[in-house]
Formats: sequence, structure tokens, C-alpha cells
Amino acid sequence: MSINDFLAILPVLVVLVTGVLVMVADVFLPEGRKGIAALLSGLGLAAGLGAALAAVPSTGTAFAGMVVADGFSLFLDALFAAVGLVGIGLAYDYFKRMRLQRGEYYTLLLFSIGGMMLMGHANDLVMFFLALELLSIPLYILSGFFRARLASQEAALKYFLLGAFSSGFVLYGIAMVFGGTASINLEGIVAAVRDGSANLTFLLVGAALLVVGFAFKVSAVPFHAWTPDVYEGAPSPLTGFMSSATKAAGFAALIRLLLVVFPALGENLAPVVSGLAALTMIAGNLIALVQTNIKRLLAYSSIAHAGYLLIGLVAVNSSAAGDAVAAMLFYLVGYAIANLGAWSVVVAAEQAEGRGLELEDYSGLGRKYPWLGVAMLVFMLSFIGVPLTLGFWGKLYLFRVALESGLFGLAVIGIAASLVSAYYYLRVVVYMFFRDGEGVARRDVWLNLIAIGSAAAVVLMALVPGDLLQVAAQAVLRVP
Amino acid sequence: MLEQWMYIGIFMVVAMMLPSIAIIIAGLLSPRRPNPIKNSTYECGIETVGPGWPQFRVQYYIFGLVFLIFDVETVFLFPWAVAYNRLGLFAAVEAALFIAILAGGLIYAWKKGALRWL
Repeated sequence: MSINDFLAILPVLVVLVTGVLVMVADVFLPEGRKGIAALLSGLGLAAGLGAALAAVPSTGTAFAGMVVADGFSLFLDALFAAVGLVGIGLAYDYFKRMRLQRGEYYTLLLFSIGGMMLMGHANDLVMFFLALELLSIPLYILSGFFRARLASQEAALKYFLLGAFSSGFVLYGIAMVFGGTASINLEGIVAAVRDGSANLTFLLVGAALLVVGFAFKVSAVPFHAWTPDVYEGAPSPLTGFMSSATKAAGFAALIRLLLVVFPALGENLAPVVSGLAALTMIAGNLIALVQTNIKRLLAYSSIAHAGYLLIGLVAVNSSAAGDAVAAMLFYLVGYAIANLGAWSVVVAAEQAEGRGLELEDYSGLGRKYPWLGVAMLVFMLSFIGVPLTLGFWGKLYLFRVALESGLFGLAVIGIAASLVSAYYYLRVVVYMFFRDGEGVARRDVWLNLIAIGSAAAVVLMALVPGDLLQVAAQAVLRVP
Repeated sequence: MLEQWMYIGIFMVVAMMLPSIAIIIAGLLSPRRPNPIKNSTYECGIETVGPGWPQFRVQYYIFGLVFLIFDVETVFLFPWAVAYNRLGLFAAVEAALFIAILAGGLIYAWKKGALRWL
């Protein structure tokens, strides 16, 4: 073990060490000064972001083959750190307003981000499992952060039970892969498949179980049942963070598994993933049509977007693999920006006791708070995929990859589903601008900054999509 | 490959059969002469007091958690101490880091008042 091993996962270490420091520092902070914990966490995440951006992708492995630090993992490190920074901005004022300001929120958030980063670095099935637990367990606790609120308790329990259940699938999948290849290291598995010593039946069962386990995390239909309830019950800033980052972490694992470990099973797994993608797009968008609660609406919207992303996952084993990964990363970034922005509006509009979350409560909000209203309009248009937004380019690249690899059916379903989705996204805008109501929103500098900043990013980055795709295309995976 | 799995299967069947056979045979052969003292709950030979489902203070749970810090510490530090001479500086630094992390947990619990008996 040398210093290079630690350098390989430096962003992860920075974030986790900050988490421990914030935990210890928090108990010495007097009530009402918990902003310092938020500030410390923000600094730690900024340092992690800097470490990820400054790091040079390496082609080797570290810690005896347990982790890698390729372009893909460093790209995700930067994404998770950035999403975490915005997540802290969403949380700070919200918890002060709800009289629930506690430093533990930031500690657990940092631990979860550390787990997500580790997911991108994993080069061993045990590391995948460790990262999955490290990112999930803090989220189970944070979902129940409103201890006095019944919905929050329900969310935590539901998330914990179903999350533990899905971890079981992952673990059983790992056992099956080990049974089939006598190795849990990605190198060893690939080598066993290549030299023909692997038992492909066991490997296939293991791969299928792993896909099921991670499909839970990205909330693909039919493994989505927990999503609306957890997203609704959890504190809104956490939901915003979770729907952007956890999805990316789940897809990070799926991409590495399907692209690096199981290319030999492409023919067997592609129909399954295609089915998941079609089901997720159709069910997510159709159920979202009838939602009247903004949190549930955005929950189904996040399910629908997981469906679009799954199209890219099908294409991962075709000749357009590089384009597929780049398109997925691009989409994840675009979705994260628009999603965090939309949640900042939700956080601003939420009142005490969980009121202000129905679409009715948004009546007139856009005219009263034009900045928030326009920002929300931009996010909704980006979710639909209207030109001149980042969401449009994200969908364009994904569907183009789908067509390149001959997935005409999925591309058609995706476009049709996007058209359907326009109805429920625009309904939010209609409520905000064309209905009269008493809607009130919180004027907080951080929330406004996030809303306006994200809206600006969605529009401005859409002007240079090619350059962004170029950055994503450089985030390549290490193939043993 | 498959034969090795068969051994595991046979092992599991035998492992399940042996204790169940022992329990069934004991149940068939043993004499049964119950009396009130025999039927009472066995509690280290002391006479039982009260019902078996009382409420425990939830604080025992917190103490159990804090104890875990020291418990885990010992499990990892004993092998480290035994092999100390051969491991060198790197392991010493690692152990110091490990203790520092656990100390962080202890400080947190302490300041939160988990060690105060209410």
C-alpha cells in the first residue's frame, strides 16, 4: 500500500474525513450556530470537487485492485460533490425555518456522498456492495429526519425495508457471480469469462440479480414502488439531493457492470434492460399525469427520467458504447441541474407542517415571485425536452445513440413518453401563472441563488452542448 | 464445480438432520414427570421475579452502542499489537487513525450526553 493508493480516492477521502470532522465539531457548536456545520461541510465538498477536477485519470488500480480512478469515476466524483454543495444550500434555510437545525444532517449527507463517489470508483463487487451500503444507510436515517412527522417515519421505514431487500439481491448476485467465476474482482471475472473457465449460467443469474438490485436504487419500474412514498415523506431538500445523486450512483454501478463485467452477456441482458426502460418510461409518465402533490409528481418524473437513461444502458453493449456512456453522463448532469432547481422552488414554497405541497398551493406563485416562476418554467421545459434547454440536448443525444444501435422501438417510446409528459409538467406552470391564489414562497438568498443559477445553467449550457458532450466523452471507463 | 456444490448440499442436509434427530429421540425416550418448579423459568438458579416481558430502559441500548466502540477497537487492536514489531510505521499510523476515528464517535456520544444516567 502506497501513497498513490490514497491519491486515487482522494476526493472520497476528503469528503469522508470532512464528515467525521463535522460530526465532532457539531457537538461543540451552540444552538443557533449550526450554520458553521453547514459551512464546514460546504468547504469539504468544495475541496472534494477541487480534488476530483485536479486529479489525472489513471489506467491502473489501487488498493490491490479494489478501486480504480479512471475518467468515469472522477467525472462522477465532481458531479456528486457539486450536487452535494447544492444540497447543502437547499437544506440550510429549510431546517432553520422548520426548527430542526442539526449538524447530523450534514454529517450524514457527507457520508452518503462519500458512498456515491466510492460507487464510481469500485473495481470489485465487494466495493460495490460497500459503496451501496455507505450511500444508502445515511439516506435511510435522513428520510426520517422529521422524527415527529408520521409521513417522514413512514418514508424512512419503507426506504429501509425495501433498500435492505434490494441489498439482498445485490449480495446474492455477487455470490452467484463468485460461484460462476471464482472471483469477485472485476479483472478476475473478465479474465474468467475470456478464458472460458466461467460458468455462464451462474454468471447470468448473478448479473440479473445485480441488475435487479441496482434497478431498485435508480427506481426503475417495476422496482419503483418505494419512490413516491419516500420522496413525499422525506424532507424536501433531501429529496432534491436524493433524486439527483442516488440515481447517478445507481447508473454508475449499472454502467460499469454492464459495460466492463458482463459484455459477454449483452445478448441475454439487453432484452431485459429494454423491457425495464420501456416499462419505466410508460408507467412513470402515465402515473405522473394524475398527481396533484408536487413531491409525488416530481417523484414519478424522476422515475420517467430513469426510463430514458435506461435506453442508454441498453446501448452500452452495442458498437456505440462510448457514445452511450457519454450521452448518459450528459443526461445525468442535465437532469441533476434542472432537478435541483425544481426542488429549490419546492423547498421555497413549502410551509411548516408539510403544507404548501399541493399543486393548488402553487396558484399565482409565478406572478407573485416572477424569478421563481420563470426558473420553474425553465426546469419544466427542460424536463419535457424543449429545444434551447439542456434537457433537449440530453434527450437528443440519448435517442441518437438509441437509433445508432438500432433501438428504434425504444426511441419511439421515449419520444412519445416525452410528449405525454408535457401535460403534467406544463400543468405546474399553468397553476403558477394562470390561476389566482394565495401562494406564498420563502425569500431566501440561497434558494433564490440555486433556482436562478440552475435556470441560467440550463439555458446557457444548452448553447454549447457539443463541448459538454466532449467533456462527458472523455470520462471513459477502464476496461481490464 | 457442480460436485463441490453437491458436497455442500449433502453437508447441509446432514447438518439439519443431526440435531433434529437428537431432539426427536430425546423427546421420545425421556421420562416426563412435570412439577411447578420444573416448569418455572430458569434464571441462573435464582427465583424468578415478575413477568418475563418487562420494559427495559432504552438507555441500555445507547450504552450498548457506546460499548461497541471499545469492543470493535479491541478486536482490531489485539492482532495489531501482537504483530506490532513486524508491521512497522505504516501500521502504527493506521492504528492511530483508527483510534482517532473511534475517539470521534466517543466524543460525539459524550457531548450528546449518552454517558449520563438519567
